[in-house]
Amino acid sequence: MKPTRFAARDDGPAARVAGFMAHLRLNGFSLGVAETELALAALGQVEATDADTARMALQCVCAGSAEQAARFPALFDAYWRNGGRVRSKAVPTPVRTSMERMQTSRTGNDNAAPSGGGGRIEAPDDGGEGESEAGGEGKRVASRLANLMKKDLRELVSAQDIRQAEAVARRLGAVLCDRRSRRRRAAKRGQAIDFRRTIRASLATGGEPLDLRRKTRPDRAVRIVTLCDVSGSMLVYARPFLAFLAGWMRADPTSDAYLFHTRLVRISDALRDEDPLRALNRVTLLADGMGGGSKIGAALAQFAVRDARRIVGGRTVVVILSDGYDSDPPAVIGAALAKLKKRGCRILWLNPLKGWAGYAPIAGAMAAALPHLDLFAAANTLADLAALEGELSRL
Amino acid sequence: MGIGGRQRPPAQTMKDWRDLQSDFARHGYVAADDLSMALHIALALGRPLLLEGEAGVGKTEVARTLAAVKSTALIRLQCYEGLDAAQAIYEWNYQRQLLAIRASAEAGETGRVVEARLFSDEFLLERPLLKAIRQPVSPVLLIDEIDRADEEFEAYLLEVLSDYQITVPEIGTISAITRPMVILTANGTRDLSDALRRRCIYAHVGYPDRATELAILRSRCPALSDALSRQIIGFVQALRKEELDKKPGVAEMLDFAAALAGLGLADLTDDPVVLQAALGTLLKTQSDRAAVPTEVAQRIAGKAA
Repeated sequence: MKPTRFAARDDGPAARVAGFMAHLRLNGFSLGVAETELALAALGQVEATDADTARMALQCVCAGSAEQAARFPALFDAYWRNGGRVRSKAVPTPVRTSMERMQTSRTGNDNAAPSGGGGRIEAPDDGGEGESEAGGEGKRVASRLANLMKKDLRELVSAQDIRQAEAVARRLGAVLCDRRSRRRRAAKRGQAIDFRRTIRASLATGGEPLDLRRKTRPDRAVRIVTLCDVSGSMLVYARPFLAFLAGWMRADPTSDAYLFHTRLVRISDALRDEDPLRALNRVTLLADGMGGGSKIGAALAQFAVRDARRIVGGRTVVVILSDGYDSDPPAVIGAALAKLKKRGCRILWLNPLKGWAGYAPIAGAMAAALPHLDLFAAANTLADLAALEGELSRL
Repeated sequence: MGIGGRQRPPAQTMKDWRDLQSDFARHGYVAADDLSMALHIALALGRPLLLEGEAGVGKTEVARTLAAVKSTALIRLQCYEGLDAAQAIYEWNYQRQLLAIRASAEAGETGRVVEARLFSDEFLLERPLLKAIRQPVSPVLLIDEIDRADEEFEAYLLEVLSDYQITVPEIGTISAITRPMVILTANGTRDLSDALRRRCIYAHVGYPDRATELAILRSRCPALSDALSRQIIGFVQALRKEELDKKPGVAEMLDFAAALAGLGLADLTDDPVVLQAALGTLLKTQSDRAAVPTEVAQRIAGKAA
């Protein structure tokens, strides 16, 4: 690629590097004036006329994580090289572009067609795979289809719900906070002697350590990660659960929340929005495809491999809100939970169906999950969730 | 003391990052271009270097090699959950202090003199951070697995790394005599704060590519035959593509090579039993061992040849 030609009125290298920093900021890098200065200093230390050298020098200053480091070369090329900014004068290839266009139009129709009007939102199988109509016993089956129809959460959850849920969540959070830290704090009746304070105090009694100060391990809050199923079969319970999640996120700043249907989406930041209604609006945008099919196994596996490595440890409680009707094979869910469990966390599964009279966890996925759970409880309303307090304190 | 602390490590010894790379190679560490560049920038600008990557890709070894290249001391602080100031920075030697108080009471010394002596260098136990800023020659300070330490400690570390001075309430502020070359390592136990990332020069250390790893093996085990070296690297690289809980790192690869050399194997496909026994150096969990039974190991070994 040819190097970029800059206009004569260009302000020189410093301005160009500043421009590059602005370009990175637009792409989600958090960089300030100090980094610009550092970047210029770094370029001064290398043979900056060589593009690759300059790229590496800037990368180690600007990128702050593995993900940013992987994206950096493309961003660098986009800014510094002509090919990235100016359309190349290569011979146009009409054949390929028309092919691409055909593919994109096809993928648009590939999944479930967006339904107009209200539709039957309770039915798990809008696409009509046949199974739900076949059996006379009304067996519930999981749907594999992604629902592209947007559902506005504000119709499901009210601001008042969130306030109530916040109180419940706060109480539950307090019950779960019982893991010990290895770090010691000063305490009157601790186990270990705090030498530093004892010596200090002994100065008052002429060097006799009469007053033994002690220290102890303080209680450390556990981190709570909630995974909420919002597939078609769970939509009727979305109201209490989402209110609960929103309340929980606002009560406990360290907790995390995810939604899943056919995909897994992190919604913690959206739910923490100051305005409860705007929070719901943001979740609506994120939860595109809500009320569609369920891939619990895949979602949990993805969570166990990707997100859990960062946020799940020995002081984490993973709460799964789902009915266990899964379109993935049950083995997937078992393997995912086993993997998750290995990280030392506790796993709670709150199933709205368990509240039904005569319910037995016979759905394949639920049966596969049971051996890995610390607690399997019913929860269909906010009151049920509040009643969990006693159960949780026993964990 | 304070003015001396502002000095950067001598600049004339590192003309270019290529020189640094070849210096590292001479000490048996084959560093990728990105890593060498990050090291060079970090040293030239006097910034801490944050190395991130999977376990076993040689992050800690970078610090060791750097200390060897600069022929200076390596001071290591291993982080863990609950690490506090007493273990990381300094602590008073309480037992000796108690004895000294007794002795001085019998000798009839007055309060001020006793106090001045009790809180002097004599009774101060240096821990890694304090030790690192009080060296006459700029040392390499390795802060290993920073993500295991608590967030509070990270915040404190940030303060030390920006000013290179430590305040001991009883003595006062101790400024750095020389600036240590700081290397932090992390392997993603928890997310590091943005503030720490911003202070540091960053390099992501991945698994080396085939050529680099072959060079590493050759520099560490020159006695191995060329064909077997190639086989080992091919085997390990293929193994990393399998679905494993814990992928084998460079350290494991070297153990594996050493084990094969010790078992006297000339070709990986020669003896399935020996190969399976040597796999214990690469696969360290029950499920990973189960995922690579003899047939799979033989298939991979056959392809690697």
